[in-house]
Amino acid sequence: MRHTIAVLVENKPGVLARVASLFRRRGFNIESLTVGTTEREDLSRMTIVVEGDEKVVEQVTKQLNKLIETIKVSEISEGSVERELCLIRVHAPPEKRGEIVELTNIFRARIVDVSRDSFIIEVTGDEDKVNAFIDLMRQYGIKELARTGKVAMVRGNKK
Amino acid sequence: MRAADALVKALEMEGVEVVFGIPGGAIIEVYDAIYDSGIEHITTRHEQGATHAADGYARASGRVGVAFATSGPGATNTVTGITTAYMDSSPIVVFTGQVPTSMIGNDAFQEADITGITMPVTKHNYLITDPKDMLKTVKEAFHIASTGRPGPVLIDLPKDVTVADIEFEYPKKVSLPGYKPKMEGHPKQIKRAAELIMEAERPMILAGGGVIISNASKELVELAETIPAFVATTLMGKGSIPENHPLCLGFIGMHGSKYANYAVSESDLIIAVGCRFSDRTTGNLAKFAPDAKIVHIDIDPAEIGKNVRVDVPIVGDAKKVLAKLKKYVQYKQRKMWEDKVSEWRRKYPLKYNPDGFKPQYVIERACEIMPDAIVTTEVGQNQMWAAQFFKVKYPRQFITSGGLGTMGFGFPAAIGAQVAFPEKTVIDIAGDGSFFMNIQELATCVKYEIPVKVLVLNNGYLGMVRQWQELFYRERYSATCIGCEKTGFEAIARGFGAIGMTIESPSDVDDALREAKEIDAPVVIDFRVDYQANVFPMVPPGAALNEIIDEE
Repeated sequence: MRHTIAVLVENKPGVLARVASLFRRRGFNIESLTVGTTEREDLSRMTIVVEGDEKVVEQVTKQLNKLIETIKVSEISEGSVERELCLIRVHAPPEKRGEIVELTNIFRARIVDVSRDSFIIEVTGDEDKVNAFIDLMRQYGIKELARTGKVAMVRGNKK
Repeated sequence: MRAADALVKALEMEGVEVVFGIPGGAIIEVYDAIYDSGIEHITTRHEQGATHAADGYARASGRVGVAFATSGPGATNTVTGITTAYMDSSPIVVFTGQVPTSMIGNDAFQEADITGITMPVTKHNYLITDPKDMLKTVKEAFHIASTGRPGPVLIDLPKDVTVADIEFEYPKKVSLPGYKPKMEGHPKQIKRAAELIMEAERPMILAGGGVIISNASKELVELAETIPAFVATTLMGKGSIPENHPLCLGFIGMHGSKYANYAVSESDLIIAVGCRFSDRTTGNLAKFAPDAKIVHIDIDPAEIGKNVRVDVPIVGDAKKVLAKLKKYVQYKQRKMWEDKVSEWRRKYPLKYNPDGFKPQYVIERACEIMPDAIVTTEVGQNQMWAAQFFKVKYPRQFITSGGLGTMGFGFPAAIGAQVAFPEKTVIDIAGDGSFFMNIQELATCVKYEIPVKVLVLNNGYLGMVRQWQELFYRERYSATCIGCEKTGFEAIARGFGAIGMTIESPSDVDDALREAKEIDAPVVIDFRVDYQANVFPMVPPGAALNEIIDEE
């Protein structure tokens, strides 16, 4: 099973290496990992998707908590808003452009670059939506693809 | 003030009295600063020896041990010592020199990425890049190393940082928003644990190294006597209760006594304190104490539920939690259980075949002749025999590398313990294989007049591996015969300027030990023991604790 874990850490050099080293050493598998700034300058937030059963997630959480620079670890698998951004360079010959534009609109994605025979399309959404859009684009020929990995936040008031 | 001077002053403010280390180019400023200070510096002959000595000092005294090493190879040589301290939760702070910040990453002479290398084996580590961070970092390092679940902290000091000019303002407090060890233990969980204790018919306490680290022996014994419950220890917990106490069953695990292993296996409640249920302690986990509910008291939440299922988790400091727990339990007689354990104890005592010259005999005599000595061990058969036959009386008396199992640990650790307690007798129970791994520190002992006594149980083999080859590999003794019967440890000791003895018969053991005890100088005794002696009883790898076997 996959779990999303949000980790609030001090914004210092080497923290990412510590987290990555911990996952490697304890044999936890990272599915995706994003790091970014937060509302506070001195803190960064990592969103880590990890594969494993409850016991693995419990250990991941506890071990992450032990890092001196970790402020807070929360699991946010349920009731959360999850988003991912993906850029796709897709083959777009003149006769297919209409179709691609239409699909892009349906998914509320955006064409951000147009060249002679390709588009770059930006799609944002949860994982399923991004996957579905990628699948649809395959028939036209995906030349290049980049995903950010997931960021997530629990719904409702901040505790 | 020069940052190196500020560092040394900070160490003085932390109460550091002694540092173990070896100087070098990148850390030369710090050595220049310590030259005028009140801190004693002991130059070891290898940085591994320095870190083990700092570790031994810490384990014997409960204070933070400090080691210095230079950059590159000096730093990498500390890694085994740091990992040993990490695995056994020992508080040490290691300072390493580093090439100047402008050269970091350029593969400069004697550059090693020691913070990268030690990341997984330190509780925390630092590379100081701004001299202004020096004092704050030292303060944090000592705090982190010594509080919560203790552990090693490394501070890497680029040379230009140590030369820089800084204000000396030593912080009074640390600010670590992500580090707040839980000490008290949840009151509700403590009450639940007490309820389980009152319901239990066959309760056992399993005391680990955490009891010793937290100085909780008094509370442990009081709880055990109140319930009353027999106490088994882990290897690291040896000494948490005096081993002549009627409730103490000694240590459990692969080479624990039969009766202790049986008692834990058949108990209906285990109150585990400051232990981590390592594989050497539990045997086959699936068959570990099948009828027992488990109360697990530990300061590190990550240890709870890591290896065994736990019914009542209590995160907190052993000393505090045990004191509180005692208030909720009352004496309850459990006659059948007491009789059963007593019968096991009578029926299955620790024993060995006394014919010939047996290593166990040497340890039994040492225990008799130097009952108050601080005992360090190397790793392997010597370690297990020491654990079985040297009955210790007080916490921190028995110092061993339990987690990492580092051969070569015992001798430098004994140096550290002796420096912490100059008046005590300190012995290292060694094998010929392990003694060789840090034998160079004999020079340190001689130079600084550190009167450690090394009892070498010389059987000419890497004995524990040899034992496994005999039992499980059809006596194919691959690479384990190291031929130390041809090595003259007595002459080696003399060559270093220490005192050496060779003992070839059991009848000479007492005199040698008595003589060594009285000598105020380092002594190495080469005991030419039978090489066929093995460690029994033994839980074969993969077996359950109650499937423990004897020699026959």
